[in-house]
Amino acid sequence: MLFGKKGSLKEFGILGALIVIVLAFQIATNGTTLSSGNVINLVQSQSYILILAIGMVMVIIAGHIDLSVGSVAAFVSVVVAISMTDWGIPWWSSILLGLGLGLAIGAWQGFWVAFVGVPAFIVTLAGMLMFRGLNQLVGQSRGIGVDSEFVALLAGYLPEIGPDTGYNNPTLLLGLIAIVAVVVVELRRRARRQSVGAEVAPMWVLITRLVLVAGVIVAATLLFASGRPGTSFPHSGILLAIFVLAYGFLTQRTTLGRHIYAVGGNRRAAELSGVRTRWVDFFVMANMSVLAAVAGMLWIARSQAAGPADGTGWELDAIAAVFIGGAAVAGGIGTVAGSIIGGLVMAVLSNGLFAIGTGSDWIQVIKGLVLLIAVAIDVLNKRQGRFSIIGLLQRGMRGTRAADPA
Amino acid sequence: MADPVILEMRGITKEFPGVRALEDVSIEVRRGRIHAICGENGAGKSTLMKVLSGVYPHGTFDGEIVYQGEPVAFGRINDSERAGIVIIHQELALVPELSIAENIFLGNEPRKGIAIDWDAVHVRAAELLARVGLDEDPETPIKHIGVGKQQLVEIAKALEKDVKLLILDEPTAALNEADSQHLLDLIVGLKGKGVTSIMISHKLGEIEQVADAITIIRDGRVVETLDIEHGAVDEDRIIRGMVGRTLGHRFPERSGTAGDVFFEVRDWTVQHPLSAERLVAKGSSFTVRRGEIVGFAGLMGAGRTELAMSLFGRQYGTWLGGTIVKDGQEIRVRSVPEAIEHGIAYVSEDRKALGLNLLDTIKRSVVSAKLDKVSTAGVVDPIRELHAAEEYLRALRIKAPDVEQGVDTLSGGNQQKVVLSKWMFTDPDLLILDEPTRGIDVGAKSEIYQIIRQLADQGKGVILISSELPELLGLADRIYTIFEGRITGELPAAEADQEMLMRRMAPTKGD
Repeated sequence: MLFGKKGSLKEFGILGALIVIVLAFQIATNGTTLSSGNVINLVQSQSYILILAIGMVMVIIAGHIDLSVGSVAAFVSVVVAISMTDWGIPWWSSILLGLGLGLAIGAWQGFWVAFVGVPAFIVTLAGMLMFRGLNQLVGQSRGIGVDSEFVALLAGYLPEIGPDTGYNNPTLLLGLIAIVAVVVVELRRRARRQSVGAEVAPMWVLITRLVLVAGVIVAATLLFASGRPGTSFPHSGILLAIFVLAYGFLTQRTTLGRHIYAVGGNRRAAELSGVRTRWVDFFVMANMSVLAAVAGMLWIARSQAAGPADGTGWELDAIAAVFIGGAAVAGGIGTVAGSIIGGLVMAVLSNGLFAIGTGSDWIQVIKGLVLLIAVAIDVLNKRQGRFSIIGLLQRGMRGTRAADPA
Repeated sequence: MADPVILEMRGITKEFPGVRALEDVSIEVRRGRIHAICGENGAGKSTLMKVLSGVYPHGTFDGEIVYQGEPVAFGRINDSERAGIVIIHQELALVPELSIAENIFLGNEPRKGIAIDWDAVHVRAAELLARVGLDEDPETPIKHIGVGKQQLVEIAKALEKDVKLLILDEPTAALNEADSQHLLDLIVGLKGKGVTSIMISHKLGEIEQVADAITIIRDGRVVETLDIEHGAVDEDRIIRGMVGRTLGHRFPERSGTAGDVFFEVRDWTVQHPLSAERLVAKGSSFTVRRGEIVGFAGLMGAGRTELAMSLFGRQYGTWLGGTIVKDGQEIRVRSVPEAIEHGIAYVSEDRKALGLNLLDTIKRSVVSAKLDKVSTAGVVDPIRELHAAEEYLRALRIKAPDVEQGVDTLSGGNQQKVVLSKWMFTDPDLLILDEPTRGIDVGAKSEIYQIIRQLADQGKGVILISSELPELLGLADRIYTIFEGRITGELPAAEADQEMLMRRMAPTKGD
């Protein structure tokens, strides 16, 4: 469900790359990469970028781009912080205010993109400047604190309750729920397909797959549940999981999702098929700013204050995640799952390189190269069916362009 | 056997992963001839031309090419162009924003020192335009001239490169009859001046008219080469070679069971999107009966597509007036969703740009114009979707392993069947088919004709827009002619002939 059927191979490729990277760092760091402290920290510190990547992949599938997410997140979060600290309204109404403000900003940008027809690059470049300025104007370029309840909700961990099992019990429960859900969904899908006479994979294939998935979930659960006291699976991770499932469903299974792909794949053909393309554009832009607002609030909860430099460069991290995750610059191609994996590749890279003592200068160089190479492999794959270094060299030597077989 | 051989390709074999596109193809072209290459889509014609012109470089295929008596090994297109072989592709390679002259000399600009010698450009461009019979200012931007004239610019560009062997891939596919004729005359004229041409075309009438030799390719192999010197060749002969069998009746029989008028357009008037003075439809009125195929004949630019698209949810120009009446009631069709809701479907003439999302699979394409039919509360049911798509795959005999196949990998004919499926899936009462067989090979064409007739026999109304008059005469029940946005005539197809239609499609002052 999370993977588009056609793109599944591509995403397995990226998934493979992620696994290789994780294992490599696991060895290089003598096991700290997959220590519970590190994975908890990774989820806690990267959720906001991954949430941005979910919105960004939808924008990019529809053929647009959003450069304003960092500034929007910063502006929304400074308003949220001020509403709690200076105006003294309850923290939950500040969250609602933040979401509403995100929606309003998104509607503003969506209006210019969808109904006026200004390219999203320009609209959001303008937004990047405007909302950064508004952040500093409203916040007067100072740090503003936030309520402790707000921090507990958005930057907290699952509580320690129940009998002493040596593990965090709610995390164990969550893992159990995940396994049961996967099994139930898979079995029901199989039954449904069988009942209408569609082809199904043999039972042993399904069972093998379920055992594998369950194994991964068990391992992850134990990892998260064995964090040092007070830490366990973070709330932001739960939020991320909900968003991944919800938006994965939206993009792959709903008519709205189909319309987003249709608009990005061939706008005019979509229009002539009855897709209300302007509303699709409006939706993806508005949705992106709402998710930027969520990301901004997660960020200030974690740093316990809003400031003038919040969100700087976030748009680039999110865009990089989406393209490493297999999306096409021209639109029409990309998935939520792929983008999440792309974001994780970048996050694990930074995290692992840092752990082995690489400076942030080199980390940036390496991340840039990874982005370039990931997209280059994708481009070459598309051009000639299958990627091979030898083919690349041959073509390079002859100096010809590859042409499609007609 | 007077003319010497200019080109010989021997034993050409070209493989792509999993497919052998050409197998041991040998072909001999003599100087100063027009050599036609015929074959169904996917037969390997274009691949052969790409091998010849160096798009597929020497070494990526087996066999040898002997050009002007010497073996050649082209590593890229520039090599073959230097040798005087120029290929003009179906999709023209002109830059719309640049002028005619700039396009002709693009990449080959005459220089004075390091600067472009614009005087030389314009003088030589004017000469070249005169040679191809194009009466346009060389400074006119390409985007302001029609596709017929653009084709002439491509030939001028080839002449500028001192072409000896001109390869034309479907040169008249996008042209109307008059422009096609002009182009064919030009190619024949060039022949007199020593330019050899290889022409790929689906229009067998044209081949019959101009070709000196015809090579027929089927499934990557040469079936036969026919030399006109040894006797004339008729269309049926070519078709038999191409499809490997004799096609029965090319057009399905009319059932003659048209019902009552159910769709009527009254005084439809539409303004051109860019120029307020130009009307693309001027008070057009017409009717469609149930079970009837209504043809629309007109020259390119007469306003047939514009009329169709403006009816389909006002997708062209600015509506100025007129009503649509369906089943006795005036209906509101101001957007595509409203048009679909009222059972109107429009199959565009440009299948790749307007008809399909080439990133989609067959399955997703088939259901894309009426997703709600396989969805519940906005959620697509994958099983219902699969069944719907498989049903059309079978019914329309789309050649693909399964419905998960990407539409970009299909041949033109099969892509067109997918587009037809997509619109049949919307359960339309009226189908507007705009050039439904453009760029499709003969075998698939006759299948599409059958489908269209079946749709009419199911009681649907069909509007058929076509530039091929034999197609209109063979398939339609009744034909309207359009000239400059005005309906100039209405004829029962059984009583019409090409001449009668042409007179109404391009009325002269006396008429």
